[in-house]
Amino acid sequence: MSGPSNSSMLTPRRRVAGLGSARSGTGHFWLQRVTALANVPLVLLSLAIIICVAGEDHGFVLEVLGNPVVAIILLLTLLSVVFHMRLGMQIVIEDYVHAEGCKVLCLIANTFFTVAVGCAGAFAILKISFGG
Amino acid sequence: MVQLTLPKNSQLVEGKVWPKPEGANRLTEYRIYRWNPDDGVNPHVDTYYVDRDDCGPMVLDGLIYIKNTIDPTLTFRRSCREGICGSCAMNIDGTNTLACLKSMDDVTAKSVNVYPLPHMPVVKDLVPDLTQFYAQHASVEPWLHTQTPSPEKEWPQARADREKLDGLYECILCACCSTSCPSYWWNGDRYLGPAALLQAYRWLIDSRDEATGDRLDDLEDPFRLYRCHTIMNCAKACPKGLNPAKAIAEIKKMMVARQF
Repeated sequence: MSGPSNSSMLTPRRRVAGLGSARSGTGHFWLQRVTALANVPLVLLSLAIIICVAGEDHGFVLEVLGNPVVAIILLLTLLSVVFHMRLGMQIVIEDYVHAEGCKVLCLIANTFFTVAVGCAGAFAILKISFGG
Repeated sequence: MVQLTLPKNSQLVEGKVWPKPEGANRLTEYRIYRWNPDDGVNPHVDTYYVDRDDCGPMVLDGLIYIKNTIDPTLTFRRSCREGICGSCAMNIDGTNTLACLKSMDDVTAKSVNVYPLPHMPVVKDLVPDLTQFYAQHASVEPWLHTQTPSPEKEWPQARADREKLDGLYECILCACCSTSCPSYWWNGDRYLGPAALLQAYRWLIDSRDEATGDRLDDLEDPFRLYRCHTIMNCAKACPKGLNPAKAIAEIKKMMVARQF
């Protein structure tokens, strides 16, 4: 929302002032970097786990995921990745969706989608880990 | 949604091919964006031929040659012709730069393609409307703010602190950087853009300025500052060799630093 009206009688300075500074954004910026940093080791470890169980039989996979260390690595990866995904997607929406109503709906949908994906993934990992 | 295609009345069409100057041996082809708000015609690209033996080496020299000898209606801004005023900023050979600093010989395309600065309203031909750009620069209040009563003489500054302003104070506000930035194209109404943010940083790190916190408060905004995604077009375009992207990164670091 850039201001109260699009009238051509607004001065350029009024137009630029908009609704003023939101005094936020640094938290988002910082969290995106922190989750990016966390993603590096977590995704590498998760890839190692996936490579280890690739091609093995079902029982072996269940046994590996039953190991608390493995399950916790997968849960942390999921948490970090979905957080990072939500923050990144928010940037994309703010960049490209300009209609205010549509933008707010997209931002809400982004949050709902992220929570749903995160919960479904966490539930799956926990269920397998706890012996399904 | 962001507008990815031009409206019908802004779509480019092929324009006129102007006759070659008589008796010329060395010709350089110019293809120039033309638009006149008064004739109701779509913007078009006119072709001109510049006699290199009768003209200086820079792209601006060619434009002046065209205006003087071929087509006096060609409209563009220019003043100092030596890269200090920033008037002749335009898109040449696909990059925003100053026509006076760009040599015709450095153009990589077959012809010298000249367009106005991208994504700005056009006043006429190569003249963009920079009202918003200047208002954004003014909004960062690019002057000294102090609470302490003024000293009898000047505000003193250590040599090392003065040197921190090198690479920042040289900005001539030509708008090459801001108009090369995709974030500025999509959200130029709310994102301040690299030029204004470079100047904001110039005042943020001025050792004499006493309003650092207020300045950071005014910038701390998802759009004003954080639309910068480090695309770096600004640094690539800057005809003065400055690095607005680095200045913006430094502002973000200051924002984080004051949180902890």
